[in-house]
Amino acid sequence: MSATLVCSPHGSRPNRVDRVMQEVLLALVPGVLAMIWFFGWGVLINIMLAVAVAVAAEAAVMLVRRRPIGPAIGDYSAVVTAVLFAISVPPTLPWWMTLLGMLFAIVLVKQLYGGIGYNPFNPAMAAYVFLLVSYPVAMTTWLAPDMLAEHAVSFTESLRLIFAGALPSGVEWDAISAATPLDEMRGKLDQGMSIAEIRLSPLWGDFGGRGWEWVANGFLLGGVYLLWRRIITWHIPVSMLAALAVAAGAFWLLDPTTHPVPAFHLFSGAAIVGAFFIATDPVSACTTKTGQIIFGASIGLVVFVIRTWGGYPDAVAFAVLLMNIAAPTIDHYTQPRVFGHTGNRAKP
Amino acid sequence: MASILSLLRRERLWTFHGGIHVPDEKALSNGRAVETMPLPKRLVIPLQQHIGATARPVVKVGERVLKGQLLAQAEGYVSACIHASSSGTLVAIEPRPVPHPSGLSALCAVIETDGEDTWAELPEPMTRYAQLDTSEIRERIRWAGVVGLGGASFPTSVKLNPGPDQRIRTLIINGAECEPYITCDDLLMRERAGDILAGARIMHHLLGDPRILIGIEDNKPEAFEAMRFALAETDMRGYTEIRSIPTLYPSGGEKQLIRILTGAEVPTHAIPARIGIVCQNVGSAAAVADAVLEGRPLISRIVTVTGRAIDEPRNLEVRIGTPVSDLIAHCGGYRERPRKLVCGGPMMGFEIAHPTIPVTKPANCVLALTEVEAPDPGPALACIRCGRCAEVCPAKLLPQQLYWHARAKDLDRVQDYNLFDCIECGCCAQVCPSHIPLVQYYRYAKNEVWAREEDKRKAELARMRHESKQARLERQERERKARLRQKKESLEAGPGKSQTDQDAKKAAIEAAKQRAAAKKAAAAKAEETDDA
Repeated sequence: MSATLVCSPHGSRPNRVDRVMQEVLLALVPGVLAMIWFFGWGVLINIMLAVAVAVAAEAAVMLVRRRPIGPAIGDYSAVVTAVLFAISVPPTLPWWMTLLGMLFAIVLVKQLYGGIGYNPFNPAMAAYVFLLVSYPVAMTTWLAPDMLAEHAVSFTESLRLIFAGALPSGVEWDAISAATPLDEMRGKLDQGMSIAEIRLSPLWGDFGGRGWEWVANGFLLGGVYLLWRRIITWHIPVSMLAALAVAAGAFWLLDPTTHPVPAFHLFSGAAIVGAFFIATDPVSACTTKTGQIIFGASIGLVVFVIRTWGGYPDAVAFAVLLMNIAAPTIDHYTQPRVFGHTGNRAKP
Repeated sequence: MASILSLLRRERLWTFHGGIHVPDEKALSNGRAVETMPLPKRLVIPLQQHIGATARPVVKVGERVLKGQLLAQAEGYVSACIHASSSGTLVAIEPRPVPHPSGLSALCAVIETDGEDTWAELPEPMTRYAQLDTSEIRERIRWAGVVGLGGASFPTSVKLNPGPDQRIRTLIINGAECEPYITCDDLLMRERAGDILAGARIMHHLLGDPRILIGIEDNKPEAFEAMRFALAETDMRGYTEIRSIPTLYPSGGEKQLIRILTGAEVPTHAIPARIGIVCQNVGSAAAVADAVLEGRPLISRIVTVTGRAIDEPRNLEVRIGTPVSDLIAHCGGYRERPRKLVCGGPMMGFEIAHPTIPVTKPANCVLALTEVEAPDPGPALACIRCGRCAEVCPAKLLPQQLYWHARAKDLDRVQDYNLFDCIECGCCAQVCPSHIPLVQYYRYAKNEVWAREEDKRKAELARMRHESKQARLERQERERKARLRQKKESLEAGPGKSQTDQDAKKAAIEAAKQRAAAKKAAAAKAEETDDA
């Protein structure tokens, strides 16, 4: 029998941070597999590199802060950050950018704020945006989906691309790369083309960008798994996707020649993975249920605004970071009515 | 067809926010009938087994006491009487370790039992209580020392006296028993359903004929059937309903059960009587029946002895004052070394340090948990703000924010976030993936707030004392000055006031001088004569 008196409850506690993170990693599998299928081995290499750097950085900071290393690495949170970052960046990103991004995410965004639980921003998204504004060209050079590429990049070719910046012999960038569907849409709309004309582009698939739509489906599957396992609740993903769909739907109905169908918005970029895996990051999101609905819907709207009128084709990372700042304020004004109280909440 | 009709007839149930499903573990101990625990050699009976003032002992050390004899009289309104649970010699009234989270000692009456178990003379049964004055019945219940047996142990007679201006419309009999492992109420309902209903009927009479709602969680189908069967035998059917409620912890919490059965929310910081509801545990109802219909005081209760560390878990009818270690020994002792010994359920019970402590009226369960059942949760990790705690909180609080503010000792903020609405059910801590001992933080914060209030009260007293002292000193100074001034004035004003006075004084002085001179002269004369 233990000598110390410990407060109730006394039974075993089924939930654990590491198990939550493991479930998230498991849920990412279908989407990641789809990405590897459509965009090649670079995705996997990025993931492994990012995970290695993130875990090493986490351990190093713990060493410097004189904190136990085991629990910090054992909670898998650095691994989740690394995977989310790695699937957001192009599959050919030079290795040192991944390294830089992960150091930025773990050391600055996560640990300088106090480590897990204390970071006001989503580390993966902060690192993504940091690289996007610093190296816009490298960060927007995407490989074409498998069926559209003239040359399929092999595993060793991917390694050489990432670590030496060397293209496969006899192959030009144009043969393997392509604009992302969102990029293509923005560019051609700016050139005055109509949706009907843009739809003729081979980048357009059944309901979203070709290849991209299946990646989104993979992440959707993972998202449903997270909902089923009660790792996340419906509030943030549903409100975010609904707000994006409603905004896109309204403009599409008003003018279908210059506004793509809502399904394109949902399935061509990072909307699905953002809704289920990024906006739901508990540390930096809202915690009250009403707050989560406002938080999610705001992200959806900001994504639509930036995609339609802003300077970037995709906007999930920006929208999430913007709403991360607002989360504490939203939480403050959305406290639930306490049982037995008549409408009075915590005083401001 | 019949089932559709019964579905249609089923009364509406409400839900409360949150709550959790925990493995109920009731099958460990609910398989056998209640057994009576043999008489121990020594009974240690605490004089406070209830919320309220400690009862005042009315027996002397060395005296022979009989089973059911009054040992200590309820002192003050919120208090309960304590009786001897067997016959024997009273060998001591002294502080002993009692079941309390603090592990501290309290005043206990120690009886060396004689094994004869002789009853004292008991008061007459009140079988025709409906014709008696309600205050007389309440007095009987107070004498019998009946308290809430669900764990809170509030004196039942007080709860059955809501006051003349409070109309009670609903009496709720709590048979929910939502804590995992505990099955004493389950067995009580199965074995003494009639007595529970008889007690409920007495309460019904005392409270001015409210309707009776009996709530039982649906993981106790035998108890539900037993109660329904017993009800069918009575004439209480017109105003009594037994409802099966979904198994969800903490539906046995008073406010939660009221919400489930009636849809009403007890206002914060108020008792249910304020909204016309009184809630009583099934055990208390049976104890009321014993007291009123048989004149028997509350000297024993059913205790569940369970947990996987116990060899043969079961329910025992135990005399108040029996050491917990005897109960464990009677259940075959430990099957394996327990990691934790808990008094009460795993969600809200408290760990006990000495297994020698006695069983008291609110002690519904002795729980010996193995390493597997209660593994060391390990060090608490940082809160990841996942919000699961807020999802399960039955009080609809934000446990996470309460934790942050309690940790920062921000006592104003914890109160802004309604700390005192926390019922300490433990749901938040149970689901916390970081294993933060949340309830511990709330208890700490509550104690800090109470301590601060106490400090404030003391400071206020000190300030008042200081001010009154200051006022007294000032008053004395004023009075002294006034006296001086008066004296001075009278001295100065004296001559002007009366010339005759002045003359008289002068004359007196003159006379004195003459007397002195005459004396001197006489003395000088005498000296001269001496010398001569």
